[in-house]
Amino acid sequence: MSALIDYTQPDINGKFGKYGGKFVPETLITPLKELEETYFQLINDKSFNEELDRLNKEYSGRPTPLTFADGLTKYYNKAKIYLKREDLCHTGAHKINNALGQILLAKKLGKKRIIAETGAGQHGVATATVCAKFGLKCFVYMGEVDIERQSLNVFRMKLLGAEVIPVSSGSRTLKDATNEAIRDWVTNISDTHYIIGSVVGPHPYPMLVRNFQSIIGLEAKEQIQKAEGRFPDYIVACVGGGSNAIGIFYPFINSGVKLIGVEAAGLGITTNKHCATLTLGREGIFQGMKTYLLQNDEGQVSEVHSISAGLDYPGVGPEHSFLKDEIIADFYSVTDDEAIKATELLSRKEGIIPALESAHAIAYLEYLMPKTSNDEIVIVNVSGRGDKDLNTIKNSLGY
Amino acid sequence: MSFISEYISEKNKNNEKVLSVFLTAGFPEIKNFSELAINILNAGADMLEIGFPFSDPLADGPVIQHSSLAALNNGINLNNVFQYIKEIRRKTDKPLIMMGYANPVLSFGINNFVKQAKESGANGLIIPDVPIEEYDNFFDKSFDGLDIILLITPTTSNKRIKLIDEKSNGFVYCVSVSGTTGITNQNMNGTIQFLQNTYSSVEKNRMLVGFGISNENDARNFAPFCDGVIVGSAIIKSLINDNSDYDKTLELIKKLKGAVRKN
Ligand SMILES: Cc1ncc(COP(=O)(O)O)c(C=O)c1O
Repeated sequence: MSALIDYTQPDINGKFGKYGGKFVPETLITPLKELEETYFQLINDKSFNEELDRLNKEYSGRPTPLTFADGLTKYYNKAKIYLKREDLCHTGAHKINNALGQILLAKKLGKKRIIAETGAGQHGVATATVCAKFGLKCFVYMGEVDIERQSLNVFRMKLLGAEVIPVSSGSRTLKDATNEAIRDWVTNISDTHYIIGSVVGPHPYPMLVRNFQSIIGLEAKEQIQKAEGRFPDYIVACVGGGSNAIGIFYPFINSGVKLIGVEAAGLGITTNKHCATLTLGREGIFQGMKTYLLQNDEGQVSEVHSISAGLDYPGVGPEHSFLKDEIIADFYSVTDDEAIKATELLSRKEGIIPALESAHAIAYLEYLMPKTSNDEIVIVNVSGRGDKDLNTIKNSLGY
Repeated sequence: MSFISEYISEKNKNNEKVLSVFLTAGFPEIKNFSELAINILNAGADMLEIGFPFSDPLADGPVIQHSSLAALNNGINLNNVFQYIKEIRRKTDKPLIMMGYANPVLSFGINNFVKQAKESGANGLIIPDVPIEEYDNFFDKSFDGLDIILLITPTTSNKRIKLIDEKSNGFVYCVSVSGTTGITNQNMNGTIQFLQNTYSSVEKNRMLVGFGISNENDARNFAPFCDGVIVGSAIIKSLINDNSDYDKTLELIKKLKGAVRKN
């Protein structure tokens, strides 16, 4: 437990080093302050923590297992590979961890209307789910491109009683859905809570989403201790906005574990069709935060690409920008094709069909495993399951 | 003393409120934009806010999103905007204010931006996504000759109004309704009450009101509770629907100015 003693990000202004902050229109400052105050009240409140624990356990199915991947381990014949199984969470991805925490916050704030943005649809589904459970109205912004490629999740949201609002501006993906959600929030702040889906946006969101997601890492820590009597040597997670990654990284920061984030290289980082923000971006101010950003020479945000809707985003959570600059974590990228191959590999070797986002983390094993030795341990965060992506995977594999 | 602030005070002395008009640089056309700006000033606008476009204008509604995107598609960048301001400055003594989001400014380099803005003849700068929390970090100093103008909204507490008034120069920009640009006013009484309260709390600066002003009636209603009004989306909308000499838009400017002239 000494691990976190010398890591105290963010500061009281919501800064992770020079990143983060609150770059928002004045209208949002007061609701963000309210949110922050209420959050700090609640996390010190025993009944809130008990309720969240209970929901995580009885509703979401936590703790999720840490599965020893013997098939995959044999395949690489190097370090032992364990999988943290967020794919087994209710609704099929880690997104529910944050949605549950935030719906309790919204209730405490007395908000009647919930809005969210979604890319892959997993955060939209998680939000629609908790709104159904708690009887709040739910509106989910989703880019038209994503509505097309994640159509099953669109139907799930509708079935859960949410309204899915198509976004036709810009690249019609996650970034544009986020813009629209922020515009909605500015307009309806009196009765609306915005459940943001990743560790992005203005303070306090990157902090509070991280804290709700850090249950992944806390569990993994206990589980690997139990299984192996020690911490792993490597932790690998995919990075879109970065919530599943920070969720598993955070409890391991400064404990000697190599933390590896994997971004989407799309068609390749030498093309302009990728979203490897930390690999190729530079400091910018975007959607309320200062962070690495894919942008042109004039500070206009780039159109990005990934086969995976949940990674298809030109920004990244500000804490990851900090972790990169401080070399607390390392960031790499893998292509669409590599992610598809990894999807097939995990399906064949472990009987687990990962979400295309998570497949990016699996794909990085091709690079990592040759460098490891048999007495080392790797944990990969399987952030979600692949049901939502079956059409895309089918089209790519062609069988 | 700020030039913008003096200019507004001077107008106010003659029992008239100022009309500030927002235009997106390079919209509707790259060519003749400076001419259009001058014509708008000649039709009765007292000052101009010249928007420099950003790909992700999250404080803007559909109309200004459209004009920003069109300007970007027209290839407009900050150098073009400085050029426009130079051209307009040659033909007017009225205040010229630049308005846009933080990222293009950060990318250009803040000190370089300020230098170019001043050299072109701009008098003020509004960056809606840099609130007072981020102000000192973003600007790292104040700039003689370029006023940084801050915003107050219906969610701003009285205590914050004081802080913003303290920090802002040129004027304070009072956003009449919570929302994005182009929003229409649903609750005139509530808005008037908010303006009244804010107007009496703002001491250091002149106060201009923007957002929710779509016609001369709105302008007339708001005029008694501020030192001037700002019209943006209504002008852009008019430009979109106008013919190539923009007669109807210039007519609208005349009417808006007429509405705030005598109070
Ligand atoms: C399964 C899964 N993993 C990862 C992500 C990416 O988000 P983050 O980087 O915040 O974990 C998503 C986003 O939709 C997702 O659905």
